[in-house]
Amino acid sequence: MSIDRVNQLSSTCVRRRFALAPALLVLGVTLLCGTRAMASSGGEVVTTAAEPGSLLEVVLFYAVATMTIVSSVAVCMSKNIVRMALWLFMTLASVSFLYFLLAANFLASIQLVVYAGGTLVLLVFGVMLTNKSPWARYTPGKLELVGAAAVCSVLLVALWLVFLRAEWSRLPGAFAGTSVADLGRSLLSVYVVPFEVAGVLLMIVMVGAAHLARQDK
Amino acid sequence: MTIGVTHFLVVGAVMFCCGLYTMSTKRNAIGILIGVELVLNSSALNLVAFDRYMGAGRLDGQIMALFIIVLAAAEAALAVGICINVYRNLATVDVDKATQLRG
Repeated sequence: MSIDRVNQLSSTCVRRRFALAPALLVLGVTLLCGTRAMASSGGEVVTTAAEPGSLLEVVLFYAVATMTIVSSVAVCMSKNIVRMALWLFMTLASVSFLYFLLAANFLASIQLVVYAGGTLVLLVFGVMLTNKSPWARYTPGKLELVGAAAVCSVLLVALWLVFLRAEWSRLPGAFAGTSVADLGRSLLSVYVVPFEVAGVLLMIVMVGAAHLARQDK
Repeated sequence: MTIGVTHFLVVGAVMFCCGLYTMSTKRNAIGILIGVELVLNSSALNLVAFDRYMGAGRLDGQIMALFIIVLAAAEAALAVGICINVYRNLATVDVDKATQLRG
């Protein structure tokens, strides 16, 4: 391996360490906020991490929303697949923080455990097993890039216009906060059939994935 | 100034468009999978936001989001298995190279 190559590798590693710092920051703040919300509720019905309508909620929302948008734009802009996975981790952690702000604490922890902890690790394993080198590049054509950017921006502007005009009407009944007991009761009464189907689906997927990734046929 | 459902919908829309762009410009199969994850996350965020601000307190949106997380995990497991198989047969995961089934 030439000296140039070694230098290139080490500088990439240093840059990646800098990219990791904000990700760890997001994770830490999310966990802190989650434990605070859980502790203040004493395990009972949870409202939100911040008081609804307070200045804290507004500030937290804008900070986390900026983080979500920046990291999801970075996912589609980065060329390196490992860096894409890292930015995806930041997006998932920020979305989990948004769930905390939406008073969905159980869902936020599930998002962290299953998505950021499980699915993302699976994706990174996929990257490791299918690349000759993590620096391998697959470059799309110029026309393709322009077309995709045009379609996405038109869609974004259209959605924005719809959101500005829409008059959402509330269903009767007030939001009373989320409790894990209510979620579980609903999951095993109203949604018991989808729940069972999801269980069967997971088993089928487990067998299917093991069969697909088998070494010798 | 209070945070309403529209704020969360805008964040979801930006995430959806980024996912769409990722899906249509990346050639690496795992990259496309990452785009799918972004799109799924944005839809789950929309459901939870509607549940919080518009729902009747029955937590329907949160349960839908739970099912989305389950389906995303299942989809990622299967897709990574398929990618590994494609890599074993073609020595690449470039989706434009996998044309053996084209008529």
